[in-house]
Amino acid sequence: MNSFEPQIIAFCCNWCSYAGADLAGVSRYQYPPNARIIRVMCSGRVEPQFILRAFELGADGVLVAGCHIGDCHYISGNEKCQEKVKITSELLELLGIDRRRLRLEWISASEGAKFAETMRSFTEELKQLGPSPFKEVK
Amino acid sequence: MSEELVGAALIIGGGIGGVQAALDLADSGFKVYLVDSSPSIGGTMAQLDKTFPTNDCSMCIMAPKLVSAGRHRNIEIISNAEITKVEGKAGQFKVTVTKHYPYINPQKCTGCGICAEHCPIEGPNWFDENLAPRKAIYVPFPQAVPLVYTIEKGMCIGCGECQKVCSAQAIEFKPYDEESRVIEVGAIILSMGFDKFKAFKKREYGYGIFPNVITNSEFERMLSASGPTGGHIIRPSDGDIPKRIAFIQCVGSRDAQLGHGYCSSICCMAALKEAIIAQEHEPDIQCHIFFMDVRAFGKEFEEYRIRAEEEYGIKISRNTRVAGIEEDHATGNLIIRYYRETKNQEDELVEETFDLIVLSVGMVPSDDAQRLCKKLGVKLNEFGYCWTSDFSPLETNVPGIFVCGTFSSPKDIPDTVAQGSGVAAKVGSLLSGSRGTLVSATEFPEEIDVTGQEPRIGVFVCHCGINIGGIIDVPTVTAYAKALPHVVYAEDNLYTCSSDTQERIKEKIKEHRLNRVVVASCTPRTHEPLFRNTLREAGLNPYLFEMANIRDQCSWVHMKEKEKATQKAKDLVRMSVMRAALLSPLPTQKVPVKKAALVIGGGLAGMTAALEIAAQGFPVHIVEKDRELGGNLRRINYLITGSDPKKILHEMIRKASENPLIKIHLATTVENISGYVGNFTTTLSSGEKIEHGVIIVATGGVEYRPKEYLYGISPRVVTQTEFGKMLAEDKIDAKTVTIIQCVGSRNREFPNCSRICCFTSITNAIELKRRHPETTVYILYKDIRTYGFNEVYYTEAARLGVVFLRYGEDSPPFLNENDGQLELIVKDQFLMEEFIIHPDLVVLNAAVRPNPDNERLAKMLKVPLTKDGYFLEAHMKLRPVDFATEGVFLAGLAHWPKLIEESISQACGAAARAVTILSKEELEAEAVVSCIDESRCRGCGRCEEVCEFSAATVREVAPGVLKAYINPALCKGCGACAVACCSGAITTKHFTDEQILTMVEAALREGVA
Repeated sequence: MNSFEPQIIAFCCNWCSYAGADLAGVSRYQYPPNARIIRVMCSGRVEPQFILRAFELGADGVLVAGCHIGDCHYISGNEKCQEKVKITSELLELLGIDRRRLRLEWISASEGAKFAETMRSFTEELKQLGPSPFKEVK
Repeated sequence: MSEELVGAALIIGGGIGGVQAALDLADSGFKVYLVDSSPSIGGTMAQLDKTFPTNDCSMCIMAPKLVSAGRHRNIEIISNAEITKVEGKAGQFKVTVTKHYPYINPQKCTGCGICAEHCPIEGPNWFDENLAPRKAIYVPFPQAVPLVYTIEKGMCIGCGECQKVCSAQAIEFKPYDEESRVIEVGAIILSMGFDKFKAFKKREYGYGIFPNVITNSEFERMLSASGPTGGHIIRPSDGDIPKRIAFIQCVGSRDAQLGHGYCSSICCMAALKEAIIAQEHEPDIQCHIFFMDVRAFGKEFEEYRIRAEEEYGIKISRNTRVAGIEEDHATGNLIIRYYRETKNQEDELVEETFDLIVLSVGMVPSDDAQRLCKKLGVKLNEFGYCWTSDFSPLETNVPGIFVCGTFSSPKDIPDTVAQGSGVAAKVGSLLSGSRGTLVSATEFPEEIDVTGQEPRIGVFVCHCGINIGGIIDVPTVTAYAKALPHVVYAEDNLYTCSSDTQERIKEKIKEHRLNRVVVASCTPRTHEPLFRNTLREAGLNPYLFEMANIRDQCSWVHMKEKEKATQKAKDLVRMSVMRAALLSPLPTQKVPVKKAALVIGGGLAGMTAALEIAAQGFPVHIVEKDRELGGNLRRINYLITGSDPKKILHEMIRKASENPLIKIHLATTVENISGYVGNFTTTLSSGEKIEHGVIIVATGGVEYRPKEYLYGISPRVVTQTEFGKMLAEDKIDAKTVTIIQCVGSRNREFPNCSRICCFTSITNAIELKRRHPETTVYILYKDIRTYGFNEVYYTEAARLGVVFLRYGEDSPPFLNENDGQLELIVKDQFLMEEFIIHPDLVVLNAAVRPNPDNERLAKMLKVPLTKDGYFLEAHMKLRPVDFATEGVFLAGLAHWPKLIEESISQACGAAARAVTILSKEELEAEAVVSCIDESRCRGCGRCEEVCEFSAATVREVAPGVLKAYINPALCKGCGACAVACCSGAITTKHFTDEQILTMVEAALREGVA
């Protein structure tokens, strides 16, 4: 089990979290290479079906990252995202997927360290949780 | 008039003010040369960690503006340069610009930084306030613009290591140290900013002697996560985290002995911010700020001050001029003695020990700036700042030379940005006749129609020197890319972003008939526009481009896991290729501009904005609800500067009335506004409909009508405005006059400060004392907030014998009338004594309040208000005159209370911002927008509910048939509507469900076809 490397899909908003991920790079903060980032203009663009599809295809975890509340480039996209993620995690639970596998984080363009830390802790947590139950049946 | 004007401007100083001026001028048809003495633009703001009162990360909000300036085709940045000679006159200047250290070819340098890694020489680092060293070859900060390294002559030993490792071959040692060139411009803008007061001059504070005494700029760098201590607050003496920090204010400001009799305006707020951030970093830290007065006078600043005290527990002492600091040699701790207020009559001398002391050093004009002014014949004021006057805050004494930002007076970032825009309006008015003569519109070849074509993808993988290639196996990734579906060509490049590779990409597009391009390199946030432009030059639609971020989000963050990083890079390339196959060309929407402006409000701000816009050749409608123009300026009778406000107002009204481009609608209000940027239609109360492309909101403010202090009951209690009128009419018959500050402001109901009242009461008190020296004048205040140069009038009032008594937050003066005699009881917080005054006249300095009409107008314009009821701009720091809604701008008291010169600066700023739109024939609307498939739309209106930009609306297309419509000119492409739509009728272009889901699939399933 120790060699298990979780697969993570990370949806990052263009204005804050994707920029935060870039800053982690500029600052050379190291984190495990388990995530694949998909850039969206706003975290409010992330549809529940994107998240569900990721789990369906065997992702062990999904991260949705947006601007801090009040900082959204589109005023309130992150608030809308928060609602959708809440509903989706309830749905995941019904499907037998631990809600900890879906994370929502607010990471600003200046929080490179936070981005790296999120990646580290999420990877670690998913390692503890083991492979997603959907992984086998895929 | 027949002489030719040069359609270009020179901006000296690339701080945030200069950058704003450059962007506004370049966007309205003028060529701009932006000269900076350092290797990068950005100025002081680039050094800041956070900004008050929103605690935004300074670099994060500023970097996009720097990048825009760096990329703008009408802006040429000349870094490491100074002005050595100026000839000519307004409209036609010939300027010699001398560039230092010309050893690196900016066209070749990619900013990869390998040279600095290999440079063996370390030395002082001005950008980090010398807290950490840097190399002799350097960029001051990672987001520098231009991102071109500089070799500092004095430090470099000429070993040539950098030249050896530079694979871009950008370094060329030359036998000379400077290169000069002559540029021709029509106008010059001085935006040289300020220097920091040299703290060692105040010897009593021990700066430079006691290691744990540092300046606020040093502290600011310490707080920065990318700063010399990585965001850790440490004591220089032992590296420990301090527990007790003191801030000493007014170091080098409000200090007549030093010749700095002015207030630096920003340090009070900066100290509050630094204390808050320090406590956020280390919750154990206790901060204590020693103020003279707490000058929290800007928009929502007072609430910030309250939060600092109440939420963060930051200790504040007032009326303290700390006399000196002592050091405990054994511990490096520092001891301050000061008088503490007590509940009883006696003040108590206390001794407090701190681990770290931060000196809030003030602003001083730079020596270089002063020298340059001498050369230019530009007049300086008594303190060495650029001279300006209250009604022309942006003009120097030399025609054609303008000034903005802190070089004309200490000011904060939003005021500087407003002036940056304002000065662009002044230059635009002067050079209006030459607009568009020196700017180039890039011509692109006709777009190749790719509809129906099978995707033919070309992949370019970047080594980025060794930044990517040193970790990731780039040839393997390239070979992998070549085998992916639809990929017909792949290659790797040393630097995919270099200008020669752009040519290569264009050739390969032609050679292999590529119709999609993927670049695997750094981040699209900085480089996508460059590659998109390359595609356009090759005749491809710019949206047929996709980037895989294998540097910032791969090689740089997995440096020790080379194999896994290579695998990840392959995955990222695969995801990008799969998405690229689904990309569609997007049309660039063009919206024609109705070339007229609507200005709502005909006061000082409204008239100024209208005159500036008209001076640039565009028609303006002023809508004023009163029967005459002038607004609050009509009620100002006297100014301490000697300007005659009545005369100036009269002249302004005459100019506006006589200008054929200005149409004035008096006793008229706005009834309805529809449309979007470039294309508004407004209905007036007169029934008239006007068409215009921009809107400026300048609705002003109102004076609060006091309910307190017997106002309206005793005839001897008047407001400041009424007092001003009495003074003008010389109707004052009183032996004792008492002015009470903060009536209706800084209280529980209305916590913010009205900004202008301290200055107004001091102005009137001085005038009264000059005319009637025998009159006793008291000013009862909480803090005296005569910021900037107005501090000298505070000193002057005290010299003339005006008595200042400070009352406490919770112990306002008590006014009583007995048998026609007024009795005022006030407890002075400095002497802690109760005073009983028997004034003949009480003047209430009533607060400025927002115009009650704002609410109605805000709804009509769909723009937000603050909770106080003032209009809320797009960004408190960097977009002070813009609304988030494009094409709508803001100026004057509608934004916040402000002084005359500030209203004028802001109004000019709003005018310049408006002209960036009016000067265009058509606007390019965002192509990444959402669109509706009407056949699937049920007209439920959920898209309309979630859209923050009023882009989505439900319309009745046939009787009883509702369909949503998304206005592409208003849509920002966030995609919220697509998520909200239940029937799948909405597609967000370029981020379609299919494109995103394909990336999810590609990420999780290797080899998915």
